[in-house]
Amino acid sequence: MAENQSLIPALIDRHQSALLDDWLDGMARGSPSGGTLRRDGETVEQAKRFLEQLRRSAQTQQFDDIYSQDWAPMRDLLEEVSRARAIQGFTPSQTATFVFSLKEPLFQLLRREIGGADRLGDEIWTATRVLDSLGLYTIETYAKTREELIGRQQQELLELSTPVVQLWDGVLALPLIGTLDSARTQIVMESLLERIVESGAEVAIIDITGVPTVDTLVAQHLIKTISAARLMGADCILSGIRPQIAQTIVHLGLELNVVSKATMADALALALRRSGKAIVDRTAPKSSRDD
Amino acid sequence: MSEIPILKIGDCLLVSIQVDMHDRLAMALQDDLTRRIVQDRARGVMIDISALEIVDSFIGRMLNNIAAMSRVLDAVTVVVGMRPAVAITLVELGLTLNGVRTALNVDRGLAMIRKIIDHGEQDDDRRGG
Repeated sequence: MAENQSLIPALIDRHQSALLDDWLDGMARGSPSGGTLRRDGETVEQAKRFLEQLRRSAQTQQFDDIYSQDWAPMRDLLEEVSRARAIQGFTPSQTATFVFSLKEPLFQLLRREIGGADRLGDEIWTATRVLDSLGLYTIETYAKTREELIGRQQQELLELSTPVVQLWDGVLALPLIGTLDSARTQIVMESLLERIVESGAEVAIIDITGVPTVDTLVAQHLIKTISAARLMGADCILSGIRPQIAQTIVHLGLELNVVSKATMADALALALRRSGKAIVDRTAPKSSRDD
Repeated sequence: MSEIPILKIGDCLLVSIQVDMHDRLAMALQDDLTRRIVQDRARGVMIDISALEIVDSFIGRMLNNIAAMSRVLDAVTVVVGMRPAVAITLVELGLTLNGVRTALNVDRGLAMIRKIIDHGEQDDDRRGG
């Protein structure tokens, strides 16, 4: 195609507004794959810029290599389009329809304007290849954007779900919510140990009320956390063990080797008792003091 | 070959490990320490490892050995000042130093030794296993 200059740029130039109209109609009608796009201001604007850029990039020598330097502005445009759509919650088909729905009006234009079957075939082949590459590029960017989104959410979830709370002077609490996997255990361990150094805590209460299941792997991770805290000179108390989980632990034959309490209140009471403190009900007569 | 100093605080001995350990140094430390425990009639031994960035199985075994030797000589061993990163590495390696007591810093270690000496070993519920 390099020596034999394609007619497509010239045709786009001449019939730009008609082509744009047909294209936007086609988008609204929808493609066989099921995607439709509304004809709103943003889409019209993007379509205009796409046609303009297609004309400009198509005039260059490397018409059919969309990864070349000449197509860089077009790639930027498509990245912007598909990123915006991915964030707005469009489906992949809808995002790809933006590019693929140009085929129909463009091919009709080529058929009207070009006589000679050979020439027409060549031009349609070129256009197909370019539009297919551009469409695939759009989907790739779409997927990449979604992956970034998921990654970011995961990271946020990880940070949100592992707080270390100071319950009392020298008593830390670690309420675990959600499944404990290796990555989370690592973060839990790091933040717990750092807080132990910071606060000089001697007791850490690990509350597993929010952990849906305890299997051998989760138990392994709990044991690791408890051992690491012990190496830093802090004792751990396990709390929030639900009845089903207690049964699971026994059925699996897990040995946690740690003091465990049913509720965090019991664990806190034990922690305070160990550090020589007592909670006293001041309204009750002295003799009925609960000890 | 450098030597690891052993400091006496009351009836406790304080060992601060600040250089890379190797076989001969470890042997020399064990020799020195056991001799000093007997000589000073020490009841407690504190090993400060806050300067160590890497604790491997070799040092882990050495700590276990020292603890066992001190126990035979009726002294309590407490390892103090372990860094968070070191603790995580040890746990990942599966070395939980079960035979050794641990404390956050020298202060806490001293208090722990006091408590154990005053109340006897039975009162101590910190042993992990």
